[in-house]
Amino acid sequence: MEYLILQTLNGIQLGLLMFLLAAGLTLTFGIMDLVNLAHGSLYMVGAYFAWTFIAWTDSFVLGALLALPAALALGVAVEMVVMRRLYARDHLDQVLATFGLILFFNELVRVVWGPAGKSVALPSFVAGTIDIMPGVPYPAYRFAIIVVGAVVALLLAWLVTRTRMGMLIRAGASNRRMVGALGVDIGLLFTLVFGLGAVFAALAGLMAAPILSIKIGMGDDILILAFVIIVIGGIGSVKGAFVAAMIVGQIDIFGRAYVPDLLKTFLSAAAASSAAPAISQVLIYVVMAAVLVWRPTGLFGQRS
Amino acid sequence: MRKILASLGTPRGLVVAVLLLAMALLPVIAQVLDQRYLLSVSTRIVIWSIAAAGLNIMLGYGGMVSFGHAVFWGIGGYAVGIFAHHGVHDGWLQWPVGIAAAMAWATLIGALSLRTRGVYFIMITLAFAQLVYYVAVGLEPYGADDGLNIAGRSQFSGLIDLRDRGQFYWLCFALMLATIWFCARLANSRFGLVVRGAKSNETRMAALGFPVFRYRLVAFAISGGFGGLSGLLLANHDAYISPAMMSWVKSGDLIVIVVLGGMGTVFGPLFGTIAFFVLEESLKPLMDMASKGTGEYWQIVFGPLLVLVALYARGGLDSLLGRGRARSRHRG
Amino acid sequence: MFARFGAAAVGLSLLAAPVHAQAPIKIGFVSTFSGPQAAIGQDMRRSVELALEHLGGKMGGKPVEIVFEDDQFKPDVGKQRTEKLVQQDRVNFVTGYIWSNVLLASFKSVTDEADTILISANAGPSQLAGELCNKNFFSTSWNNDQTPMAMGAYLQAKGVKSLYLMAGNYAAGKDMLAGVKRTFTGQIVGEDLTKWPDQLDFSAEMAKIRAAKPDGIFIFYPGAHGVQFVQQYVQSGLKATTPLYQVFSVDAITLPQQKDLALGTLGAQQWVNDLPVDQNRRYVADFRKKHGVYPSYYGAQSYDSIMLIASAVEALKGDLSNKDAVRAAVKKADFKSVRGAFSFNTNNFPIQNFYIQEAVKDSDGNATVKTIATAVTAAKDPHFAKCPMK
Repeated sequence: MEYLILQTLNGIQLGLLMFLLAAGLTLTFGIMDLVNLAHGSLYMVGAYFAWTFIAWTDSFVLGALLALPAALALGVAVEMVVMRRLYARDHLDQVLATFGLILFFNELVRVVWGPAGKSVALPSFVAGTIDIMPGVPYPAYRFAIIVVGAVVALLLAWLVTRTRMGMLIRAGASNRRMVGALGVDIGLLFTLVFGLGAVFAALAGLMAAPILSIKIGMGDDILILAFVIIVIGGIGSVKGAFVAAMIVGQIDIFGRAYVPDLLKTFLSAAAASSAAPAISQVLIYVVMAAVLVWRPTGLFGQRS
Repeated sequence: MRKILASLGTPRGLVVAVLLLAMALLPVIAQVLDQRYLLSVSTRIVIWSIAAAGLNIMLGYGGMVSFGHAVFWGIGGYAVGIFAHHGVHDGWLQWPVGIAAAMAWATLIGALSLRTRGVYFIMITLAFAQLVYYVAVGLEPYGADDGLNIAGRSQFSGLIDLRDRGQFYWLCFALMLATIWFCARLANSRFGLVVRGAKSNETRMAALGFPVFRYRLVAFAISGGFGGLSGLLLANHDAYISPAMMSWVKSGDLIVIVVLGGMGTVFGPLFGTIAFFVLEESLKPLMDMASKGTGEYWQIVFGPLLVLVALYARGGLDSLLGRGRARSRHRG
Repeated sequence: MFARFGAAAVGLSLLAAPVHAQAPIKIGFVSTFSGPQAAIGQDMRRSVELALEHLGGKMGGKPVEIVFEDDQFKPDVGKQRTEKLVQQDRVNFVTGYIWSNVLLASFKSVTDEADTILISANAGPSQLAGELCNKNFFSTSWNNDQTPMAMGAYLQAKGVKSLYLMAGNYAAGKDMLAGVKRTFTGQIVGEDLTKWPDQLDFSAEMAKIRAAKPDGIFIFYPGAHGVQFVQQYVQSGLKATTPLYQVFSVDAITLPQQKDLALGTLGAQQWVNDLPVDQNRRYVADFRKKHGVYPSYYGAQSYDSIMLIASAVEALKGDLSNKDAVRAAVKKADFKSVRGAFSFNTNNFPIQNFYIQEAVKDSDGNATVKTIATAVTAAKDPHFAKCPMK
C-alpha cells in the first residue's frame, strides 16, 4: 500500500515537472501556431542561467529568481530576431529554423560554459526527506516540485480564463486573424507569449536542475516528451497539457514500477527482464498514437 | 532526346548535366586524384539522396511533414543485417524483403497517422519512429544499441561485387538516377497531380471525387520504400547497422536536406544532400583556416545557416538556378 | 561537388608541401567533443596533449601530428570521421573511441580496409575481445565485463549478501550487469535496465529499491547519468540505509558535480589517480597543474595509448613501413603505463590489475577517488579464448 502511494506520488511529481515544460510549448504552439523545437534549448539555457546566478548569489532561491527575468529577456530576443519571421511560415520552415537554433544553442553553451556539466546543490530546507507515513520518507525537493508545478498550473488557469491576456490567448488560439482585426497589437502579444513560454521553460530547467544534471543537449532529451504531452492534450490547450502530463507521468512511473513483475507472471525471468524496459519505454508513444488515432486533435484540441 | 538537349540550354539543365557527368566519372576521378575518401563521401551522398528523394515525395509534393523518415533507413538496414547475421547474403532475397518491409510499415503507420493533420502528423510520425528506435535498442539478438557488424555484403549471383568500392558506387549512382527519374515521372503523372493538388487544397480534391486518403497512403508507402532502399545501401556501405541510424536527429537531417535543396523539385534532394555533406566536411577546416581552433565549434555557424535558409532561401538551392515550376509554400 | 574537388586539391598540395621536411608521425584521435558527453572528450584530448608534451613533441626523432575528430556520440558520424582519418589524412595510427557502438561501426575501416593499427582508449566491447578480435586492434583500457567482475569479486569477498542492479538499457549496460553476476553469487533482489540515454527520473526505481531492501545497489551510469543517479539516490534518503557500489559512474568527470553526495561510494577501476607509479605521479601532477582538475581513467587510457604508440615508433626508429614490425612492436607494450604493470593478452587486450576506489575529499576539499584495495591482479578478460589469435 505504501509502495502504491509512493509510486503515485512519483507519477504526480514527474507529471508536474513535465507540465512545466509543456506549458510554455503549448502556449506558443496554440496561439502562434509555431512549432518551436528550440523550446528545449530555452529550458537548457534557463538551467545554465540558474546555475550562474546561484553560484553568484550563493542562494538557490535568489539565483532562481534572477534566472527567470534573464530567460524572459532571452525569449524576447529570440522572438524578435528569429521567431516573429516564422509565424506566417508553414510548419516545415519552423522545424528547419528551430532545428538550426538547437544546434546553435548547444554549441553556444559549450563556448560560454564549457563542455563539463554543472550541478546545483539543494537549499538546505528541501535537501532532506519528509515522512509521508511513519517510516516512509519522500524527498522534500520532490514535494517542492509538486508545489511549484501546482502553483504554475493554477496561475496559468487563472491567466487563461480570468484575464484579458488570457482571453486574447484563447481567442488567438482559435482565430488569429479575428483578434488582429479587433485592433489588438498582435506583434506585442506574440512577443509576450513567447517570452512567457521561455520563462516557463527556464522554470522547468531550474526546477529539474537539482534532480537531473545541467548539461549540453539536456533539452533535446526532454523536448520530444514535451511534444508528446501537448499533442496528447491537444495543441494550445493548457488544460489538455495538464491532463496529458499527469497521464504520461503515471504511465511512465507505473510502467517502470509494475511492468517487469507483471511480465514475470507469464514470461520467463530472462525474457521478462529484457522485454520490460522496451515495453515501458515505448508505452507513452503507444498511448500517444492510440489517442491520436481515436481523436486526431488530441484530448482537448480544437476540431478543425 | 531533343527535350534533354533543349534542357541543356537552361542554367539548371547545364548544371545538372555537368554534375551528373562528374558524378558518373567519380570513381575514376577519385582514382586519379588518389582520394579514396572522396569516393566514400560521394557514395554516402548518393545513398542519402535516394532517401531524400523519397521523402521529397511526401514533403515536397504531398505537403506531409514526416519527422520519422530515418526509420526506413533502419528497416532497410536491419533487413540486410538480420539476414546476413543468419548467413543469408543473397541480395535477391534481402533487398526485396527490405523494401517490402519498409513499404508495409509505411502503409501501416500511414493508415493510422494520415487521419491527423499538421503538427499532429509531424508528431505521430515521430512517435512511431521512436517506437521502432527503442525496439531496436532492446533487440539483443541483433546487437541492441551496439549494432551489428555485417560480415558480407549482399550478393547478386556474382553479377556485381559490392565489396568493390567503384562498382558499389556505380550501382548506387544508377539506383539514384532511377529514383530521381521515377520521382519526376510520378510527380507529373495523374497520381502525382492528385497528391500535389491535395497539398494545396484537400477539400477541392476530395470534392472532385478523388479518394485523397488512399492517394496519400500510396505516396507514403512509395516514399518509405525509397527510404528502405537507401537503408539497404547504407548497410552495405558501412557493413554495420545500429539503432542510431534511425534516431530522430537523422530524420531531422533528412528534412533539412530536402528543404535545403528545394522542396518539390526534381533535383532538389540531390542538391540538398551535396550541400549538407559539403558543409559538414568543409565548415570545420574553413573555420580553422579563419581562426585556428574555432573549427570545432562549426555547428555554431551551421545552426544559424539553417535558420537563414528557412527564412530567406525558401525555394532551396534549386531556386538559385532560376524559376522551375511555380510552387507555393506560403500558407494562405 | 566542386568545393569537394577544391578541398581535395588543397589536401593534395598540403600533402605535397613538406617533402623536404621530415614526414611526421600522424595519429588520428576520435572522441566526443560536442554534446552532453563532451567533457569526456575534453579530458581525453588534454591527456593526449600532455603525453605529447612529455614526449617533447617527437616520436623516434620525428615530429608528431595529432588529428582530433568529433564523433558527436553517433556511430555513423564516428565511422565517417574515421574513414577521413585513414583515407584522406592517411594517419599511421588511430586511437580514442569512448563508445562501444562507435568503435564497432568504425574499426573495420581502420584495421581491415586500411591495414592500420587502431588502439581503443576506452571502449571495450566483448565482440572485439572474442570472435571479432583483430591483429590490428589493441586496447589500452579493458573489456566491458572486467570492471564489474572486479567489483563483484570484491563485494563477494566482503560478504555482501544481496544486491539491486541498475544500468542503462543498452549493450554496455547489459554487459556490466552480466559482468557483476559472473563473480557476485549472492542474491540479486532486483534488476532494472532503464531507458537510455534519455532516462531523466529514477524515482520509480528508488521506491522499488526501498521495497526490496537490498544490502547494496550496484549501478552503471557513465557521465552525466551518474550525476543524475547519485543526486536522486541521496535525495531519496537511501544513502542512509543502502550503500552504493558503482562502475564508471563516479569519476573525475562526474565528481566535480556530485561533490559531497558521492563521498564514501565504492567503485572498481584498473587505474586510480593515486597509484604509486612514477609515470602516474608525473601525469597526474602535470595534468592538475595545467588544468586544475584531476584526470579521469578516460584520460589515463588516452595518455597510455599515445605512450604505447611512442614506444613502438621509438623501437622502429620512426620507420613504419613494415606493418608486421609495427604490430609486433606495439604488441610488446614496452612502455611505462600509468597503471603500472601492463602487457597484452593473445587478443591484444591488457592483462592488468583492478583496484577498489573510494570517493573522498583531498586536502584542498576537492572530491576525488583514492585506492583502498586491490580487487584482482593480472586479470584477463573472459572472452580471449574465443579469439582465434593465439
